[in-house]
Amino acid sequence: MLQIDCPWCGMREEMEFSYGGQAHVAYPKDPHAVSDEDWAQYLFMRDNPKGLFLERWVHSQGCRRWFNVERHTVTHEITAVYKPGEPPPAAKP
Amino acid sequence: MQRFSFANLVRNSLSGHAHWKPFWRDAAPKQKYDAIIVGGGGHGLATAYYLAKNHGITNVAVLEKGWIGGGNTGRNTTIIRSNYLWNESGALYEHSLKLWEGLNEDLNINLMFSQRGVINLAHNQADVRESIRRVEANRLNGIDGEWLTPEQVKEFCPIIDISRTARYPVLGATLQRRGGTARHDTVAWGFARAADNLGVDIIQNCEVTGILREGGRVTGVRTTRGTIMAEKIGVVAAGHTSVVAAMADIRLPLQSHPLQALVSEPIKPIHPCVVMSNAVHVYLSQSDKGELVIGAGIDTFNSYSQRGSFHVIEHQMAALIELFPIFSRVRMLRTWGGIVDVCPDASPIVSKTPVKGLFLNCGWGTGGFKATPGSGWVFAHTIATGEPHPLNAAFALDRFSSGALIDEHGAAAVAH
Repeated sequence: MLQIDCPWCGMREEMEFSYGGQAHVAYPKDPHAVSDEDWAQYLFMRDNPKGLFLERWVHSQGCRRWFNVERHTVTHEITAVYKPGEPPPAAKP
Repeated sequence: MQRFSFANLVRNSLSGHAHWKPFWRDAAPKQKYDAIIVGGGGHGLATAYYLAKNHGITNVAVLEKGWIGGGNTGRNTTIIRSNYLWNESGALYEHSLKLWEGLNEDLNINLMFSQRGVINLAHNQADVRESIRRVEANRLNGIDGEWLTPEQVKEFCPIIDISRTARYPVLGATLQRRGGTARHDTVAWGFARAADNLGVDIIQNCEVTGILREGGRVTGVRTTRGTIMAEKIGVVAAGHTSVVAAMADIRLPLQSHPLQALVSEPIKPIHPCVVMSNAVHVYLSQSDKGELVIGAGIDTFNSYSQRGSFHVIEHQMAALIELFPIFSRVRMLRTWGGIVDVCPDASPIVSKTPVKGLFLNCGWGTGGFKATPGSGWVFAHTIATGEPHPLNAAFALDRFSSGALIDEHGAAAVAH
């Protein structure tokens, strides 16, 4: 079981959290203007890397707030936890 | 191919079983093939077999990064059924079930295919309505299905607890009598042996590291055992399909998750069928060796680790004991995990791609084993002719932009 460091509550067990999939998938600015292909990209297509992955979690049994995690999909090691609106670790200067 | 027969068995037993031949040649990669299959699991081997048998394309290589039978083909719970809701899925899985029914003879091997019946339990009114609807839909599609009352469930599977005071009481079940199990390792070995016999090269320890393209079409693959050229490439890499597709700049709607299963110590025959329950979430059969074979759920997060979390197993055991109090003191022997490629609509993708000559067979998620022969059949057709077989036309990649999804979350049986 993962140990996840909620940015608001601290280290808790994975069972308190729910998974939200890939992070930073932005809602199209004008949904009426996108083509069917672009809509499918937004709605269904996802990165699925073997390695570091930026993903969303929600502390559903705790503070019920969303946040982002950088985690390795083979070792499961969590290398960063950051709040919504903050840039992902690689994007930091 | 050394055929299995009574005479052959007698002859070999008299000579101390020292002269049986290997099932397939340990082939080294040639420089060029007519077609390459990436992934030597059941689906990939079945594809190669039907390419050779149905379409006469025998200059084929199956590239497997590990060993035959080491991936999901050897890690699943071996359940076979075709009771899916929608016409498209029903037709595809039923075609597969019909192939299973003649596969022992076709591959000349004993797959231990056992049509012992598959029960899907209903635990609440929504389950009941959904289940009866599915039985009726199946029957309209010519797929056998029955609705059982709790008493009939008890008659079919005497060890199940149907008491009304259970936390999740059994309100009935669907039954597909033609459903059952088969021995998964032998399925991989049987297809490998039969494909090899028709001239297919099965190349193990050969990982694909790149896909070569020229002017929008594939020309070959880079592998850990050198570059291999081919104008047709079929990717059947299950949980690693996203990784391979990314080599050709194709983005897929797949997410890879660990799916766990476990077996108990061997016990005397006690469980006569396959029982699945969506609501309580357990699926159970008993192998011919006597082990209870139990499937767990997927871990919610993306992973390639072939290893699941312990709390998933714990949840699984709670569900098992809820339904079968008799197993409360059975000890579990082994647990393991496989990486499954889950699609948003719980249906597979068997499709052409934007890259000419590159084909995909993936997204079988938590329930691909049952489809092994049918999947190979239609994918071989797709690769050989360049166009989908009528049975897999609806399972194209473009359904995610057209919106024609095939939502099988109800019949897929494992919560996605």
